[in-house]
Order: sequence, then structure tokens, then C-alpha cells
Amino acid sequence: MPPLIIVKGLYFSYGEQLILENINLEINAGDFLAILGPNGSGKSTLLKLILGLLRPEQGEIFLFGKPIGKFREWWRLGYVPQRAIAKVDPVFPVTVEEVVSFGLLAKKRFPRFLTSRDREAIQKALLRVEMEGFSKRRLCELSGGQQQRVFIARAIVSEPQVLLLDEPTTGVDVATQERFYDLLGEFNRRGLTIVIVTHDIGIVNKHVKQVACLNRRLVYHGTHEEFCSSPRLKEFVGEHHLVIHRH
Amino acid sequence: MLWELWQFSFFQRALVAGLFLAVAGAVLGVFLILRKDAMLGHGLTHIAFAGVALALFFDVLPFPVALLLASIAAFLILKVRERAGLYGDTAVGIISSLGMAVGITLASIARDFNVNLLSFLFGNILAVSDLELYGSIVLATLVLLTLLLFYYEILYVTFDEESARASGLPVQRLDALLALLTAITVVIGMKIVGLLLVSALLVIPGAAALQLAGSFKRCLFLAAIFGALSVSIGLFLAALFDLPASGAIVLTSGAIFLGAFLWGRLRRL
Repeated sequence: MPPLIIVKGLYFSYGEQLILENINLEINAGDFLAILGPNGSGKSTLLKLILGLLRPEQGEIFLFGKPIGKFREWWRLGYVPQRAIAKVDPVFPVTVEEVVSFGLLAKKRFPRFLTSRDREAIQKALLRVEMEGFSKRRLCELSGGQQQRVFIARAIVSEPQVLLLDEPTTGVDVATQERFYDLLGEFNRRGLTIVIVTHDIGIVNKHVKQVACLNRRLVYHGTHEEFCSSPRLKEFVGEHHLVIHRH
Repeated sequence: MLWELWQFSFFQRALVAGLFLAVAGAVLGVFLILRKDAMLGHGLTHIAFAGVALALFFDVLPFPVALLLASIAAFLILKVRERAGLYGDTAVGIISSLGMAVGITLASIARDFNVNLLSFLFGNILAVSDLELYGSIVLATLVLLTLLLFYYEILYVTFDEESARASGLPVQRLDALLALLTAITVVIGMKIVGLLLVSALLVIPGAAALQLAGSFKRCLFLAAIFGALSVSIGLFLAALFDLPASGAIVLTSGAIFLGAFLWGRLRRL
């Protein structure tokens, strides 16, 4: 099976500042890839380039075999943005059901009205993230961990093949983070490809299969096991994260 | 008293035109408030003022000119924001000030149309003509139908623009659509409540609804009800106490906001 996502010779700058330099990366079906790197290393930028939110300066991106410019099936990629919880506006009277329904829009044609089948899909997605029974609640009334699950439900409701998450646990307590990553591990075991941008390898290691280390350039891309025994580890996560166990 | 007022065709026209404006403005206003774009309507009133001044200067119909200028300005505001990297209200401030400057300059050059210009600034709902009435009904229905057809897309863009963009929605076009609908609503309102007060009907009913609503759809429904109540009660009070109708309508909407605010606070205690 060809890779789901191919990044070839990618360069990107913000003004004069070069953010990404000659990035080459392939993401295959079933991968659970963690993209690691210090602040400003270009991790989130790479994710935004893959999602078509930014345009590369040079290089190519292929999604499901198509050049990104010609790709239209965006529902095949689920996305959970950075600081999604922090951005929740307490004034916005949106319900959990309404938020999850947004994830279906990419799959629908104009006029995009919800059908009974869509409502079933929303309930199914909420069930998968163990948030059934919350559909009529206002998003802002939920805890950070519950909101995060709602955003995951929004990302998976269209049955995507790849789930991309950008620092998804910012603002969530450690116990909730662990349950959250267990949920991602479960999704991955059922066949969903996962790409997660994080600085927190200590939490994700029990589920992650591949690691990509980014610091403007891609300095490492390999399996999680190789990464743990690699001298690159100390360089990237520091001495205090060296005790890593696969549970 | 109400029945007696209803017998007058000018009152019927005022009420119907006002209700259509209020409902369209209130529903649209909820989206604008949540996009932190509540001042867009206010800014576009300044542009519409320039449009009216220009039309009076060249002795042509004010509505099409005001609509054209307000629509162009709405797109310009979006472009200035995008290209110049400015905050939304700064772009509104720049474009609306320029519009007001054009209006004042034209009014000063051609001194004989000041009275006409004032009627657009303060509105005269009791003097709505048949053409203005039907125009308001058609345009307000157009605004509401468009919001209905693009409901989920506009709601998604309002809630989380980046994710909406990542799911392939045409965010820029939806932004432009929202700005165009705002321009249309401002132009409908300029004869009814006047340019100075039309932005109040875009903001106050929606802000009141946000104090009480438990879901977005309920918020839109409440905003529409509050807008309709503002016009109905305001018109009645204006007739009863011989007040300017536009002022009475906006003061009523202010009272509704205060009531909703207090009720919302009480419920949270």
C-alpha cells in the first residue's frame, strides 16, 4: 500500500526566517507517528502544511497519492488544532452535538444540512470517545479533558483515515492526558493512522510506533524502539525524560 | 390604542418593514458578535452615509448607490485585514472614517441636500414607501435564506476558523458572504431606523440572546424574538408618547438587553 502522506523536499519560511528545510517524510497506513522538537522547530508548521493551511515555499506534498493542490477529500484527514481547549469561548453557546457536526461538513455537498444518518454518526463518534449523553450540553460547561474528547469526536466523525493532532493535551491534567493517549492507542489498534505533534514523549511512548525529530530539518525518523536507544534522544528530550518504558 | 394604530397604513408599513429588518439584523448579528466583528455593521453605516451623499449629489436613487458602496467597503475591510495584518476593528475604523469623510465633504459642497441626508442618518420608519417596504422584505428574506443555506458552514467558520479551513471549507468566500449580508442589512435599515442606529439592531438583540441561550439555534431564535419585540414595542411607545420611532426602538432593545443580562445573572446564582 502506498504511503498516505508523502512530504518531499519541503521548505518553508516566515518572512526571512527559515522554518523548515528540506523535509522528506512518509506516513503509512497504521502508523502512530510522534513529531517531536523544541519550541519553534517547525512541528506545527509542518502539520499546517500537510493540512493545506500554509503553502510550501518549495517541495511537494502528496495526500492519498494526489498532489495537495488537487486533493479535495479533506474528510479523510481529521484534525485537532493546538490549544483547542484554550480557544473555547465561554460566551459561544455551541453544544457538543453542534461541534461534532462540523466534522461532517467536509464530506457533504451544498446545501449542507444534517440528516438522521449524520445524527447517528455524531452519536457514534461521541460513543467512541465515551462522551455519549453529553450531546445537548454546552461545550464551555465541560472540563478541559471532556472538551478535548469532543474535539476528537469532531475529528473522527467523518471516519477519516489519518488523525492529526497538534499538542492536543495542552491545559489538560496528567491523569486525563493518560486516558486521552490510551484512547488514541485504541483508535490506532483499530487501524486509524495517527500523527501527533508533541514535546511530551514521556506520555505518548506506550502507544507511539514511529518518532520524527524536527529542528528546522528532520534530524531523525525511525521506530520508537530505535529512538529510545539512540543518542538523539538525549539531544531532543533532555536527561529527565531518559527513563522511558513501553507499557 | 394598538388596534387604532394598526388601522393606519403607514403604521402597518412601518411595523412590517421594521420586523423584517429586526429579525434579519438580529440573526446576522449573533454571527458577527461571535466572530468579534460586531463593529462591522457600525463601520458600514458610515460607508452607506457616503453612498447616500454621493447619490444625492448626483441626484440618483440613494439605495443602490449605498448598497454598492457598502458592499465594496465590506470586501475592502476584509482585504485590508488580510493583507495589512491589522486587527478587525482597525480595518473597520480606517474604511468607515474615510466613508464618513466623503459624506461630510459632499454634503458641505452641495449645501442644499442636508435635510435629505439627515433623514437617512436618523431614519423615518413612519414614512416608509411601498417600494422601500417591498425592498426591505425581499432583502431581509434574502439575508435570512442565505444564513439558513450556509448555516453550518458559517457557524463552523465562526467557531473555529482554522479547523474549518483544514476541512476544505472556502473560509474567505464565507467571510465575504457574511460581510455582504451585513452591507445589505445596513442599507435596509438606513431608512427605517437610520444609519446612526441600525448597528444597534445588529448588536443588541444578539447580545441579549447570548445572555440566555443554551444552544446556538436557541440563541438565533431568541435574538429574532428580541429584535421583533424591540421594533413592535418601540413603535408603539413612539406613537403613545410622541417619541422619535428609531430612538424608541433602540431604547427598547437596550431595555431588553438589560432584562436579559439581569435574568442571566440571576439564573447563575
